[in-house]
Amino acid sequence: MIIKILLIAGAIAFGFLFVRRPGAGGHLALRRVLGLMVVVGGIFAVLFPEAVTAVANAVGVGRGTDLVLYVLVMVFLFTSVSLYQRISTLDEQITQLTRHLALLTAREDPVDQKPGHE
Amino acid sequence: MAFDNVCVVVPAYNESQVIATTVSDLRKVFSRIVVVDDGSSDDTADLALAAGAAVVRHPLNRGQGAALQTGFDYFLQHTPADLCVTFDGDGQHRVEDAATMVTIAADQALDVVLASRFLGRTEDMPASRRLLLRAAIRFSRVATQLPLTDTHNGLRVLSRNALRKVRLTHDRMAYATELEVAISKHELSWAEVPTTVVYTEYSRARGQTNSNAINILFDLASNRIRSSR
Repeated sequence: MIIKILLIAGAIAFGFLFVRRPGAGGHLALRRVLGLMVVVGGIFAVLFPEAVTAVANAVGVGRGTDLVLYVLVMVFLFTSVSLYQRISTLDEQITQLTRHLALLTAREDPVDQKPGHE
Repeated sequence: MAFDNVCVVVPAYNESQVIATTVSDLRKVFSRIVVVDDGSSDDTADLALAAGAAVVRHPLNRGQGAALQTGFDYFLQHTPADLCVTFDGDGQHRVEDAATMVTIAADQALDVVLASRFLGRTEDMPASRRLLLRAAIRFSRVATQLPLTDTHNGLRVLSRNALRKVRLTHDRMAYATELEVAISKHELSWAEVPTTVVYTEYSRARGQTNSNAINILFDLASNRIRSSR
């Protein structure tokens, strides 16, 4: 039962992230903290498999592997959106850079163009 | 020529076969032409320059929307012109139509003049393209609340005032809808003029694929979600 609340809360948080404007520094910090948690949690789960099942039972999931799958799905969704937004931001920046460079290196035929300009 | 206050922006990507003809046809009527070479891998830029256009070259291919915005920036920063014509590099538009539209924009002091191939004549348009465009026009009407009769037509006239207000952020083809939305948002004065689009073998091969409509819709939707915060 508790897992349902957790998963729904996770889905809502995911929705907020999707709508939020990318670029804020919080994303990176969040990504790193999440990454660290996955590493620590992963080692813990390997060393004490029965503990994962205990945690799963505590939140209302039958098996530890099921809980691992749910967590994996949430982490994957978050990572995907976060990367997608990062790429969109990079795309915008590349376009701006390209445009700036293009305007700096504009070439014109000195004879025919711009009568009366400059 | 009476068109000294006009600058024609021609976005071009790998158009070396036709760009020289497009530029020299335009040169017969307009004195100021800038070709935005969107990172072509062929010699589009050199041919355009030789044909008498100014050339702004994207070092990387960024899409037609990005190329047009670069052309608009060039127009605003490097020319004293009052009116900007956008004209596809592939030769599907007619220079006479552009001249007519400029005259209408100047006479009626309009901010935006759009070309409509459905008010006018269309030569050899594939049936699938016609169907898709009809759907796209319906979509644009809903998105902009403007009674448009055509959309994604590369031939337009925009005033300096309009270009100061419009900033295209869609790098690929979705910019066309973005531009229409800007007309309604900034309450720019506008009109549509019947024009002819000639679907040649070349322009059909070079033009958009019908499946690109899905990409356009996706770009518009994702941008709307992001900008709504």
